[in-house]
Amino acid sequence: MGRRKKMVERVTALMSNPEMIRNIAIIAHIDHGKTTLSDNLLAGAGMISKELAGRQLFMDSDEEEQERGITIDSANVSMVHEYEDEEYLINLIDTPGHVDFGGDVTRAMRAVDGAVVVIDAVEGTMPQTETVLRQALKEHVRPVLFINKVDRLINELQVDAQEMQIRLGKLIDHVNKLIKGMNEERYNEGWRVDAAEGTVAFGSALYNWAISVPMMQKTGVSFDEVFNYCRAEDMKSLGEKCPLHEAVNDMVIRFLPSPIDAQEDRVGVIWHGDLETGIGKQMADADAKGDLAFMVTDISMDPHAGEVSTGRLFSGSLSRGMEVFVSGASKKNRIQQVGVFMGPERLEVDEIPAGNIAAVTGLRDAIVGSTVTSLEGMSPFESIKHASEPVVTVAVEAKHMKDLPKLVEVLRQVAKEDPTLKITLDEETGEHLMAGMGELHLEVIAHRIERDKGVEITTTPPLVVYRETITGVAGPVEGKSPNRHNRFYVVVEPLEPEVRELIREGEISMRMPELERREKLMAAGVGKDEAKKIADIFESNVYYDMTKGIQHLNETMELVLEGFVEVMKAGPLSKEPCMGVKVKLMDAKLHEDAVHRGPAQVIPASRQAIQAAMLMADDTLFEPYQKVFIQTPQEQMGGATKEIQGRRGVIIDMTSEGDTTIIESKAPVSELFGFAGDIRSATEGRAMWSTEFAGFEPLPTNMITEVVTGIRERKGLKKDLPQAQDFMSM
Amino acid sequence: MLDFVGLGLFDEKDISLKGLEKIHNADKVYVEFYTSILMGTDLEKMEELYQKKITVLSREDVEQHAEEWIADAKDMNVVFLTGGDTMVSTTHVDLRLRALDMGIETFLVHGASIASAICGLSGLQNYRFGKAATVPHPYVTSRGSRVISETPYDTIKMNMENGLHTAVFLDIDKDKGYMTVNEALEILLEVEEKRGEGVMADRISVGIARAGSPSPVVKADYAQALKSFDFGEPLHILIIPASLHFVEAEALVKLAGAPDEILEDMD
Ligand SMILES: Nc1nc2c(ncn2[C@@H]2O[C@H](COP(=O)(O)OP(=O)(O)OP(=O)(O)O)[C@@H](O)[C@H]2O)c(=O)[nH]1
Ligand SMILES: [Mg+2]
Repeated sequence: MGRRKKMVERVTALMSNPEMIRNIAIIAHIDHGKTTLSDNLLAGAGMISKELAGRQLFMDSDEEEQERGITIDSANVSMVHEYEDEEYLINLIDTPGHVDFGGDVTRAMRAVDGAVVVIDAVEGTMPQTETVLRQALKEHVRPVLFINKVDRLINELQVDAQEMQIRLGKLIDHVNKLIKGMNEERYNEGWRVDAAEGTVAFGSALYNWAISVPMMQKTGVSFDEVFNYCRAEDMKSLGEKCPLHEAVNDMVIRFLPSPIDAQEDRVGVIWHGDLETGIGKQMADADAKGDLAFMVTDISMDPHAGEVSTGRLFSGSLSRGMEVFVSGASKKNRIQQVGVFMGPERLEVDEIPAGNIAAVTGLRDAIVGSTVTSLEGMSPFESIKHASEPVVTVAVEAKHMKDLPKLVEVLRQVAKEDPTLKITLDEETGEHLMAGMGELHLEVIAHRIERDKGVEITTTPPLVVYRETITGVAGPVEGKSPNRHNRFYVVVEPLEPEVRELIREGEISMRMPELERREKLMAAGVGKDEAKKIADIFESNVYYDMTKGIQHLNETMELVLEGFVEVMKAGPLSKEPCMGVKVKLMDAKLHEDAVHRGPAQVIPASRQAIQAAMLMADDTLFEPYQKVFIQTPQEQMGGATKEIQGRRGVIIDMTSEGDTTIIESKAPVSELFGFAGDIRSATEGRAMWSTEFAGFEPLPTNMITEVVTGIRERKGLKKDLPQAQDFMSM
Repeated sequence: MLDFVGLGLFDEKDISLKGLEKIHNADKVYVEFYTSILMGTDLEKMEELYQKKITVLSREDVEQHAEEWIADAKDMNVVFLTGGDTMVSTTHVDLRLRALDMGIETFLVHGASIASAICGLSGLQNYRFGKAATVPHPYVTSRGSRVISETPYDTIKMNMENGLHTAVFLDIDKDKGYMTVNEALEILLEVEEKRGEGVMADRISVGIARAGSPSPVVKADYAQALKSFDFGEPLHILIIPASLHFVEAEALVKLAGAPDEILEDMD
């Protein structure tokens, strides 16, 4: 009891002193040891007992995580660590490595200022290592490197001391090459990782030891000694001499920035308001007395407290009873509990100042990504851009009819907790569709709906989510309102690749100041008159209002855009989402009286003009691809390549290292269902593999009609391919 | 033959004898209730009094599928009933034009209209009204932004600058319901707050409820105060008068309970 009380005092004291805080995430490719590391850091800092850590993966506490041996949800924890006689509070987020849960990594990057990039010394940098590193740099999150599983180098690969040095050196070089390639400016500013400087540590999360150059100086343990301990399989003594948590946490505190240092730079990246205004300055300074600016990066259900919103507090202080604005909601929300993390538990406190990762209840209207503020009209934080898009979908149905209302409610809740999940109601069939990152993602969600929310459901086998896009130009095409008094004239054409890239990279958004956006567009080659007429960006589609001085159009624009968004969510060909479509409104005729140009009139008119125009502009389907990386013993290589080639896949690269062959390949998602089982039997279970989202490519021409009719039938649409005339009222 | 018959203001008994005759001679009778509605009656009562089966048409039937039921008028007598006077709503004109295009003859039987009823009830002079406006229900987009049309405010302003009164019709929406005078004032005052052009501030406004019923309510007061006056059941309509002629001012005080002080502003 006394111990706990002391810890509470330490945590609450440190939390008010942002200089002494580090907000970090552990990021890596799947299975490289993030959770093992996080567990042992916590145990080393005395936040959980040593027995709980490590092998049992304390932080993968969910039964499903235990069963599958992977992390599914990010976990927030904190610990106190002493460095050079001063205590620090480290807020740590352990992230999942599986691609299907990559959204968790993206969101965690918003909450933290630094990241420990973990790499398996044997496997080296893997596709997902690259992805997470890229995400960190994009959010201006500074990396340090931890090379894990060094014990495997010695015990499995039997390398000698010299070879070990060479291998580690190569790994570090490779990571630096990645950092340099992703952001040369940062790299030159000192974000390269450097063993001599101390931004690299290596060791074994499992056996609880780690070493770095500063740690060698501190403990007097040399590289050769480390090697010898491992060789002698006496990692226990090594762990006592060079404790994992000391090496890693020292590195974190010394090299990763405090919120004070970090926010000054990060605010300009994640927020596009005016940096010279009050709130802009307050965030840059992490001013606890400023207006509240809190970004929700995670929502979860707590059996006792209910819905808990966790996120990063950039300015102001959070306290119980506060009335706050939530972006996108019209009414204020009232904050109930406020808490920080102490070890793995949520500790309720009276007040949390800027710079912390905070967990609050009472934000009824918040979704992941919401901006929460005390300042009315604050421009919200830049939305969180996820690296991959939903490519797989299943239809969900309640097993018992009476559960239907509950299912609707539950689906709303899971969508709120996981923004990478897209829930839609298919109007024609009345089916609820759940689209996600992959098979596993949807399986996990479906399981949780049954287990945690208590609704028994059935799901269909997974299906691919295609994208509709146009390859030609059409228009102006007229869209008429049902009452025939409002007319819209649109032109559609494929969006320029340069503009799509700007959107994908989050370089342009509707939230940023008009001028800044215009300049970026013009730099990408868009003409000035177009660049300033952008009216909306929805996913990778853009709407331009090219009209001039049309009376009443201003107050009608929201409805026009509503029609645009509806089509972009469900294109005319097969009601699949659209990508890369550029719509230009050329002219409009509107009824004098507002009541004759309400939603029921304008939305269909705007929608039908776009639908018809797209069908006239060679609307077609693209299908999602995944990269597939396979590591297999030489003997099984033939079986593995056959599996790829039999699935319309292509082999991109093949390298071998010793007896292992590494295959880099690419295949359509639609062909990859059931791949796990097939590759296992094709290689006698000896292949290791992982996948990564690889964007969309055109569906082979000879498959289009079949796929489109298949989709239309499934969605209860008329089986015949739609024609432009179907959307043009006479 | 397609006959358009205006039913008048309130219940089934407001119909003219001529209109009734048209119904009696009809092969098919249709009615639409979405541009205007008779609050004092229902379909059953109408059918009983008119001794005819009446089919109700939805907005979609009228706007999108009109050809389907108009076509009968080529060789039958079809009667199309509406609340108020016919042809006041632009949609009706549209129907008539479509019928003409299909080679169908049309005929109009007029009914009492709210446009003239409000002059009578309030004492405001008919020739002093400018362009009318409608206040639609605010609309929340799927992205959560609330859209309020500022067109009524603009119309009132323009009329005012020309010394004209504005009749403000209130949205009848099948989902969001009948807008009340109170809601409409609320919305106009919200626009006033945003725009600050002084159109609605301290403005005498006239609310009218249930015109044509046995118990119509007419009340005039400053917008801020009128906002909380209880008008009772729908339908409601609002008038925003411009400067008042002294007879009009007197009428508003005597017929609509306007505050006496408005008489002092008169020269
Ligand atoms: N030999 C060895 N095995 C390790 C080490 N660290 C972790 N492991 C093992 O690697 C496997 C994966 O470890 P986790 O900590 O779950 O990896 P993770 O990165 O959290 O995995 P995901 O969250 O699913 O991406 C487990 O079997 C660990 O015991 C290490 O230093 N040496
Ligand atoms: Mg893990």
